[in-house]
Amino acid sequence: MFTDLPLLSLLIWLPVLGGIAVLVNGDNNGWARPLSLIISVVTLLLSIGLYIGFDNATYQMQFAEQAPWIATFDINYALGIDGFSMPLIILTAFSTVIVVVAGWEVIQDRVSQYMAAFLIMEGLMIAVFASLDAILFYVFFEAMLIPLFLVIGIWGGPNRVYATIKFFLYTLFGSVFLLLALLYLHHVSGSFSILDFHKVSLTMQEQIYLFLAFLIAFAVKVPMWPVHTWLPDAHVEAPTGGSVILAAITLKIGGYGLIRFALPITPDASMALDWLVIGLSLTAIVYIGFVALAQSDLKKLIAYSSIAHMGFVTLGLFIVFRIFANSATGSGAVLAIEGAMVQIISHGFIAAAMFLCVGVLYDRMHTREISAYGGVINTMPIFGGFAVFFAMANAGLPGTSGFVGEFMVILAAYQANFWYAFLAATTLILGAAYTLWMIKRVMFGEVANENVANLTDINRREFWMLSSLAIIVLAIGLWPAPLTEVMHASVEHLLTQVSQSKL
Amino acid sequence: MNFEVTNMIFALPEMFMLGMACAILLVVAYLGEKGTNIVYRLSQLTLAITALLIYRSLGESGITFDGTYIKDGFSDVLKMAVMLINIVVLLYSTSYLKSRNLFKGEYYVLAIFSTLGMMIMISAAHFLTLYLGLELMSLCMYAMVAMHRDSKLATEAAMKYFILGAIASGMLLYGMSIIYGATGSLDLATIAATIQAGGLDNTVLSFGLVFLVIGIGFKLGAVPFHMWLPDVYHGAPTAVTLFIATAPKIAAFAMAIRILVDGLGDVHQYWQGMLIMLSVLSMIIGNVVAIAQTNLKRMLAYSTISHVGFILLGVLSGSQEGYAAAMFYALVYTLMSLGSFGMIILLSRQGFEADTIDDYKGLSQRNPWYALMMLILMFSMAGIPPLVGFYAKLTVIKSIIDINLISVAIIAVLMSVIGAFYYLRIIKVMYFDKPKQSEPLEAPAEMRVMISVNALSVLALGLFPGALLAVCASVFY
Repeated sequence: MFTDLPLLSLLIWLPVLGGIAVLVNGDNNGWARPLSLIISVVTLLLSIGLYIGFDNATYQMQFAEQAPWIATFDINYALGIDGFSMPLIILTAFSTVIVVVAGWEVIQDRVSQYMAAFLIMEGLMIAVFASLDAILFYVFFEAMLIPLFLVIGIWGGPNRVYATIKFFLYTLFGSVFLLLALLYLHHVSGSFSILDFHKVSLTMQEQIYLFLAFLIAFAVKVPMWPVHTWLPDAHVEAPTGGSVILAAITLKIGGYGLIRFALPITPDASMALDWLVIGLSLTAIVYIGFVALAQSDLKKLIAYSSIAHMGFVTLGLFIVFRIFANSATGSGAVLAIEGAMVQIISHGFIAAAMFLCVGVLYDRMHTREISAYGGVINTMPIFGGFAVFFAMANAGLPGTSGFVGEFMVILAAYQANFWYAFLAATTLILGAAYTLWMIKRVMFGEVANENVANLTDINRREFWMLSSLAIIVLAIGLWPAPLTEVMHASVEHLLTQVSQSKL
Repeated sequence: MNFEVTNMIFALPEMFMLGMACAILLVVAYLGEKGTNIVYRLSQLTLAITALLIYRSLGESGITFDGTYIKDGFSDVLKMAVMLINIVVLLYSTSYLKSRNLFKGEYYVLAIFSTLGMMIMISAAHFLTLYLGLELMSLCMYAMVAMHRDSKLATEAAMKYFILGAIASGMLLYGMSIIYGATGSLDLATIAATIQAGGLDNTVLSFGLVFLVIGIGFKLGAVPFHMWLPDVYHGAPTAVTLFIATAPKIAAFAMAIRILVDGLGDVHQYWQGMLIMLSVLSMIIGNVVAIAQTNLKRMLAYSTISHVGFILLGVLSGSQEGYAAAMFYALVYTLMSLGSFGMIILLSRQGFEADTIDDYKGLSQRNPWYALMMLILMFSMAGIPPLVGFYAKLTVIKSIIDINLISVAIIAVLMSVIGAFYYLRIIKVMYFDKPKQSEPLEAPAEMRVMISVNALSVLALGLFPGALLAVCASVFY
């Protein structure tokens, strides 16, 4: 029943047009918030239609739509989703609802513009995941920067201008290389369809350059060490909603881009240069783990922990070549890619929850310094429960979604090389160390000062916001099968693509 | 001599405009300052009717006036664009001129004559026609820059513009004469045929070509022939800057295509290298120096230089697709430039020029709508999708990737990242800074509507660029 509707177009344009409606409606009546909530909830419900109507058995693009857009260059409005993009679209729709709810009372200045920015961004991000035309993808990929640039710049912290310009230029710098790569692929293949790019054969030299272009573009987004420095700045200065979207979705676009472009289009170069990505990923996991340990700012700490967690995503994607080399069966390869995907989704929820927790504290105390807190759990017991739970999930406690992805990747890494697994597994110690130490300093102990003593516990809005996230984190942790089932066929297909040489 | 009366119909728009220009001149002479409003209306009417005449004759093409004048798809589209843009230019500039005691008939007379010059340039099939059009256009513009007699800056700008413009014309003329020496003709079609037939002395040919390219570089404002551009943009009254920064770029682009492609297309390999130098230098100098500017007009001048670099990328590719891309870029650039200078005029008041970047502080709080319009224009200039500036960059970069000039493409995209910085700075001061002044914006209603239409068309063309791209492609394929 859902396949008859142009569901993807609805999911893209409903939030965009809804956002414009909210913007036009303005701040003078009280409709900005309820209208945004309605739009975002309807979008979420529609996105669940994707899950219901999704056929797990095939790797083919589903819910496909195609219409000519720029006929002169044969650029099409081509949409479609597979097992990689579908969960990410639902994650996007869900996160936007959370962001709208999180900004309900906190944002008092230019509310309609704030809500509109997030709604428009939701549409653009869904479009990025659904695009099957390279130029269409790029247009949305770049357009997404505009609302986020404004969100950080207008509603951000004291150093917001520096952070947002750095964010914009950094990501723009990365993505122009993507544009060159896409244009070159068009030059070679004569088409702008991403699926045609997958089939085009390329020489090793071409592949190396294309791969490096993809890597620059997506490594900045992920972000991978050493091009990660924009992220802590952007996170620290962004309002809570901005941080949630940054951590939950925009970083994922980096991982998604590697899956959609780098691996299938340039498999030989990916294999030849996998040491580079694996090295950078392990550096992110270990080195950034230590960096996180040293942070005194709550948001910075979570930002660095995001980088470390995203290291697992890139590690999982690129160890497959070593697994192929070691064992012919390749079952570990499936584990690696699925682990990376689960990590992408799970980190989306957990990082969002962590930033929301910081947001809850910041709204009350207006500081993010860890040293300003202490014994919060005494005055905010319910919030304390949530915070400790999400911290555990962030540290990878079995039973939470944080464990599943990391465990799958580490398990797969064993099949590639013992030392990869060993280094990756240090995150279980480091992650626990920086997260739990932070929790200890903020939550437990004596009530540190008068401000903490005067804290009020979370209200009903915050409670529902956090508990919905907690339920999902727990559900994926206990029973990840519904998530891995939808992506299984696509993962298998990706593995056949990367194992076939294009030379 | 084959001079048929029926052929003159091809030049009907020009002839009509010439007649009207003379009529308007008489009105100015007889009514003096009282009649300026009539002059303004008449000028608008002239442009509108000329546009209509061009529209009615779409699809017809041919060469007339003994091979000196050509009417083809290329000339129709560009002339149409010039008309529409100049209608908006006159609309924007009127409110500026009125508030500064510059509201005089001369501005409109010069503008109409200058527009006539552009039309002649666009339709030139002969070096002499080309030169005639160029001089008509330029001489009017020199006078326009100097119109604000009491302003030192404007006078200085006019002097610089005149002297450098004269040098450029001289270079061009010298180049033309050398080409004449090599091929024995001033007629572009004959030159092309002679070159194709072969047996020419390539040294002479390329020697002449150098001067032609220098002349084109001067007129477009490409580095290293760009020195006049920032001073003139900065010094001229904003209404005149607006005029200079828009339609003449289309005419200069037409000149480049007529000379390099129509006339010297077969020695493409000679001029390609020269244009690569001009283009790369323009992109680098334009973008890097723009960062240091505090005056918005000056910043836009440097940004123009960088855009010229991008336009040249399309031209140098030497492919039909590249020419179409360059044409698309030129049209899009004028549209964006029109909006940006229009915005400066909109924010200016009696005795106050809104031309420093600081004047835009907190615009989003003073007037969210115009801030949004400016945001659209700036992001479009920076080449961020879904705005039309992105497709302009996309098409020209695509055309040079298709001829495997990857290194030039890499420079181009890196420079557009650097360029993004100074456009972002405008958005930053509008949205992230506190307002410095709180006076409400005053502008006539037609100006307010027009600037919104202008900026929204940048967005609309960005969402649906297909039609305009198809028009540009149809001209060359």
